[in-house]
Amino acid sequence: MKLDKMKSQKNTLAFSRRNFLKTSALAGGGMLIGFNLIGACKPEAVMPIDIASLNFNDFNAFIKIADNGIVTIFSPNPEIGQGVKTSMPMIIAEELDVAWKHVHVVQGGLDTKNYKRQVAGGSQSIRSGWDALRTTGATAKKMLINAAAKKWNVDPATCSVSEGIITNQKGDTLGFGDVVKVAATLEVPENVTLKEPEDYKIIGQGKGNVDTHNIISGKPLFGLDYKLEGMLYASVLRPPAFGQKLESFDGTKAKTVNGVVEVLKFGDKIAVLANNTWAAMKGKKAVSAKWESDKKLESTEDHDKILIALLDGDKFKTKREDGAIDEAFATADKIIERTYESPFLPHNCMEPMNFYADVTPEKIHLVGPIQTPEWTMGRVATLLKREKEEIHLEMTRMGGGFGRRLYGDFALEAAEISSLSKKPVKVVFSREDDMTAGTYRPAIKYRIKASIKGGEITGYYLKEAAINSNMYGAIPNFFPAGTIENFKVDAANYKSDITTGAWRAPYTNFLAFAEQSFFDELASELNIDAVQLRLDLLQKVKGTKDKKIKYSGQRMEDTIKLVAKKSNWGKAQPGVYQGFSAYYSHNTHVAEVAEVVMKDGVPVVTKVTVAVDCGIVVNPSGARNQVEGGVIDGIGHAMYGDFSFENGVPQATNFDTYRLIRIQETPSVDVHFVENKLSPTGLGEPGLPPAGGAVANAIKKATGKRLMKQPFIKDLIS
Amino acid sequence: MAIFQLKINKKVHKVDVDEDTPLLWVLRDTLDLVGTKYGCGIGQCGACTIHINGVATRSCLLPVSAIHKSEITTIEGLSEKNNHPVQEAWKEIDVPQCGYCQAGQVMTASSFLKENSNPTTEEIREAMHGNICRCASYNRIEKAVALAAKKS
Repeated sequence: MKLDKMKSQKNTLAFSRRNFLKTSALAGGGMLIGFNLIGACKPEAVMPIDIASLNFNDFNAFIKIADNGIVTIFSPNPEIGQGVKTSMPMIIAEELDVAWKHVHVVQGGLDTKNYKRQVAGGSQSIRSGWDALRTTGATAKKMLINAAAKKWNVDPATCSVSEGIITNQKGDTLGFGDVVKVAATLEVPENVTLKEPEDYKIIGQGKGNVDTHNIISGKPLFGLDYKLEGMLYASVLRPPAFGQKLESFDGTKAKTVNGVVEVLKFGDKIAVLANNTWAAMKGKKAVSAKWESDKKLESTEDHDKILIALLDGDKFKTKREDGAIDEAFATADKIIERTYESPFLPHNCMEPMNFYADVTPEKIHLVGPIQTPEWTMGRVATLLKREKEEIHLEMTRMGGGFGRRLYGDFALEAAEISSLSKKPVKVVFSREDDMTAGTYRPAIKYRIKASIKGGEITGYYLKEAAINSNMYGAIPNFFPAGTIENFKVDAANYKSDITTGAWRAPYTNFLAFAEQSFFDELASELNIDAVQLRLDLLQKVKGTKDKKIKYSGQRMEDTIKLVAKKSNWGKAQPGVYQGFSAYYSHNTHVAEVAEVVMKDGVPVVTKVTVAVDCGIVVNPSGARNQVEGGVIDGIGHAMYGDFSFENGVPQATNFDTYRLIRIQETPSVDVHFVENKLSPTGLGEPGLPPAGGAVANAIKKATGKRLMKQPFIKDLIS
Repeated sequence: MAIFQLKINKKVHKVDVDEDTPLLWVLRDTLDLVGTKYGCGIGQCGACTIHINGVATRSCLLPVSAIHKSEITTIEGLSEKNNHPVQEAWKEIDVPQCGYCQAGQVMTASSFLKENSNPTTEEIREAMHGNICRCASYNRIEKAVALAAKKS
């Protein structure tokens, strides 16, 4: 792509909504529009930028309009299955007013110099991209209209556009392709008018995943499919227990395996390089190694004792405090206290971790599935003591992320091995490597205590004891914060050798279960309907002046009312037991009703009705898919997810010893969206947190058993 | 190392690999047919599903030396224009999220529908039980198999 014909911008402006965008005529014809998706749309980011000094390297996303009117949209954000490669271009296409069938979507990110701040995480791609994507599409459209109006010598305001065709008052028409060359030479308009939601033609229409055809025909898309001539495959032997170090190893036998090229040590790990994956894996099994440790290796039993001791102790940091919690408990009619427990969880992306690296004295080439390309590039530069400018990183489609691919450990391994061996190398994790060398969801225990006086909840005190780190950001201010006068959230942690990190809906994936189970018990105690209890509490947060509270009492109420209606809450058929749960996370409000029936004495989840308020639904098909998957994922891990350690060694290693939910165990998920015209929010995570609580509350009704520990299966079969 | 003649997607390929190499890695590393995916290596997840003489089989556990003259079909050869009724149904229902497991799902479904052209929901759920979808697109997989049955 030649960018040398860029039109220079003459004026210098303070930061405004328009200077994130720049256009250029392409040498080969057509127009290229660069926009800074992430920098432009931080609502409070105000900084002076000299637009004349901007070049295309400052942009992180591009649209190309060809002479034939075909629009190529380079989608900048990593695609991990959350659907942004389809939904982000849909937003541009809407404001550009082009037919969706004339849009071609390409994964951006072939050059870190041109793309910045690309992250998949926190369900934020759509929320933060909404204004920038629309403005970009609308600005390009206005330039195309201006070009047509110039050609016709008419007022641009008298022209209209539909599906890439511009029409004037006389009925003359010009296609985008007819005017794109002229448009590229025009000044970028200062102000553009965005469409009203009722005029949307693409947003709100279900569009299929843009990659489906390639996925179901077996095209190479994923990191594991990436291959270059001469590349070696590396299988890495890591310490079997967390807390161990390498004492010595013998790679002689591994070198005799057909196809093995080299065995090398790096840090406490041993890499076996071979000319095919199977030989690398076989070679690794043939390495004999001795491991050492100078301290006690940790077991799940130890973690359980440590976390309970933390809950019983006083080493907390207070995350939020309202009113006088001690007084509420001192004067209570009744106090209820419960403890909820969860294990570590591996991510288990279907595509195991892998990364390609070719480190040469001239440059570093990295390719693979990564949620944090820029951060990883920086870490590789630091590790190898090289400049970032020497690194070229390409992103592939990812066979799942769930948070695991935020941590570029596998990319660093590839870079180090390539640097040592001076060969292009792809590190490939076996499933066992993937499950036992994880960055797990930390084991967490919550203790929640509530005081009741005169039929009201007067105090609420939540304590978190977690491995390695605690809840962060706005989480302590989520529901029920703001609804109970005396309120406190405390957190403490224990630093462990086990590596932990973000796992789909960090913290809230278990916190929501604990709290929503607890509220079910409070409703029973107060002898009030579980849904009504939430609605009553939410009245107290409406119109709050507390800026830390980001959830909306009104939106949560509307969401809860929708799910109650759609699920026929309280009117289930005999033999069907309903459980309710609602939770706000990642800026999205969600409420769920699970239905359980007893089959052969065992509770079976048959249906989950979901109501979601994520504002405008950009792509209903993709949005439903995210919610359906999030709910089933939440149920699967609450029900079966179990991961323990014995002297630092993970006890599950593959899908024969680690149970993931399968199709026969899945309920049907019925998704409904609250209809409004508010800016859209993300959906990759928020469907998950409420699911476990809804199921646990239904199981309580069906069996009388109150589940307080995950995985549920242990208590259900005991 | 030994030479094996494999009939894959109606073409004969000659490969020189170790006898114990699973077909999965021969397809992926030797023949560049990367549509067949590695998921677990122990026959538990179904990502590597192919057809051997039309029957859904896990390629991660199948040594290349055990194949002999059997006919192998991979996702790349399921249909000439990627328009097998199961592939069409997958597009219509918009099944994939990350998409990594879907080739294996499609191969299991297409083999199953050959045996049972008019399955009940329970039969579909049973047939697809060996294929894990970590994104949990299971509701859509179920619907797409039912739709494909109607299309076949």
